[in-house]
Amino acid sequence: MARTVGFFTDTTLCIGCKACEVACKEWNQLPGHPARFGDGYDNTGQLDEQNWRHVQFHERSTPKGGVAWSMMSDVCKHCALASCMEVCPTNAIIRTEFDTVYIQPDVCNGCRDCIAACPYHVIGFDETTGLARKCTFCYDRLQANLTPACAKACPTESIKFGDLSAMRDIAGARLNQLRGQGMSEARLYGDTEYGGLHALFLLTDKPEVYGLPDAANAVLPSRNNLRSYLGSLAAAVLGLVGAVIALRERGGKE
Amino acid sequence: MPQHFVAPPQWEWYIVWYFFLGGLAGGAYALGAILRLFGDRRDAGAARLAFLVALPALAICPILLTLDLGRPLRFWHMLIDSRTMTLNFKYWSPMSVGVWALLIFSAFAFLSFLEAVLGEERFQLFRGAFGRFLLVLGTISGLFLAGYTGVLLSVSNQPIWSDTWTLGGLFLASGLSVAAAALGLLTRLSAGEESTEVKLSRADLYFIVLELALLIAFFVSLGTMGTRLLEPRWLLLWALVLAGTLVPLVLRRLAPSAGPAVLASCLVLLGGLALRIVVIFGAQT
Repeated sequence: MARTVGFFTDTTLCIGCKACEVACKEWNQLPGHPARFGDGYDNTGQLDEQNWRHVQFHERSTPKGGVAWSMMSDVCKHCALASCMEVCPTNAIIRTEFDTVYIQPDVCNGCRDCIAACPYHVIGFDETTGLARKCTFCYDRLQANLTPACAKACPTESIKFGDLSAMRDIAGARLNQLRGQGMSEARLYGDTEYGGLHALFLLTDKPEVYGLPDAANAVLPSRNNLRSYLGSLAAAVLGLVGAVIALRERGGKE
Repeated sequence: MPQHFVAPPQWEWYIVWYFFLGGLAGGAYALGAILRLFGDRRDAGAARLAFLVALPALAICPILLTLDLGRPLRFWHMLIDSRTMTLNFKYWSPMSVGVWALLIFSAFAFLSFLEAVLGEERFQLFRGAFGRFLLVLGTISGLFLAGYTGVLLSVSNQPIWSDTWTLGGLFLASGLSVAAAALGLLTRLSAGEESTEVKLSRADLYFIVLELALLIAFFVSLGTMGTRLLEPRWLLLWALVLAGTLVPLVLRRLAPSAGPAVLASCLVLLGGLALRIVVIFGAQT
């Protein structure tokens, strides 16, 4: 059943319990990396081939001079204009009937071009299988009309799942509600970036604080095709002219 | 400064050597073709050497690329869509374009190699206007291979790589310089025509000037982002890059064919390799 699905992650509701991470690993049979113990509660570290959800922990100053803790469950954004899909040379990365972005494990050959392209540090290279891996939006669960594991497990409904248009409506209403309550720093991320993300986030700080490029920096790899090829062409022409001048016959007798 | 949150693709030594050998192969073919098209009979030996170098250097490239894949046996997925069994070509993805360029250039490099081995008498494909046309096409595909490697890096969201327009041109100029140095060395080793060696040395002078200009443009286009590449751990490699450009620039002007020319060529080869190492590793850390 084709539909356009989306996540809406409301960071103001996240309590950092990591149930989403656990449910994701459980459902998708991801063993995870050995836990890293640093100076915070984040022992997951980053999104990669084993971590398809990652709960970030951020301390921030509030406008009234206090300190607040904000948590955000990060995930693949399933961009409408996906950088990974754009560069993938094997067509392993496809858009599914749910409008999500999926790496076909039987097609991917592990070239890792998608990793170089993804602006959100989502995709990781799995040394065991030799494949690029990331969140599938629980493609198998979607096909069975089930909610993705992370959203299903989230106890505070910080992660919401549904049709993308509904998620946008809910996100917009929530933003208005929070701003109405005086939370002027609240903002929505993902409405416009990369043609609209399929994972929207309600943030309480600038996007870059959460490892999300702002609107000016959310750009596609292909932006560089023309200027890089033109630079190469100019160098080729100059190089050839130099080569012909230097290597042409001297005009003298042999 | 541009924001970057991307993960490194772990393109490492296989890719460094691919870029180096691809640049050498493409550059060597171009120089061989130009010697053939614009040189005189005394240059025939060096042109033959160029074609003898281009194919072996190129032949290593697909091996390196295949070994770099997580699933080497699926290398053919680059060319053929394994789901539909139709040809795969995405003009907006340099990796896809590059695989085809590699294949097309291989055909020209193979034919020219055959001619170099069998001799013009026994292999007459490159005679006449059609032969010259083939050499021009081979040169275009070879230079494309040398340059697209930089475009491949730039068409990403990696810091440094995606923040400059210069990498394609830089690798192309460096590929030509490396090829001129390699051919100069081989001409000397094979006791070839000295006047050709002098001409190759002069050509390299132009390539080095072009490379230096693009190096400056590289850092100018990066702006403050470029400081990442100037951390202490990269300075030895930059020293090699400068030793492979500035020193040969002086040496080649002093003595285009004597002992200093050998030193200059060795430094150019080393500098060309160092350039690729610092650009590839420097952006991924």
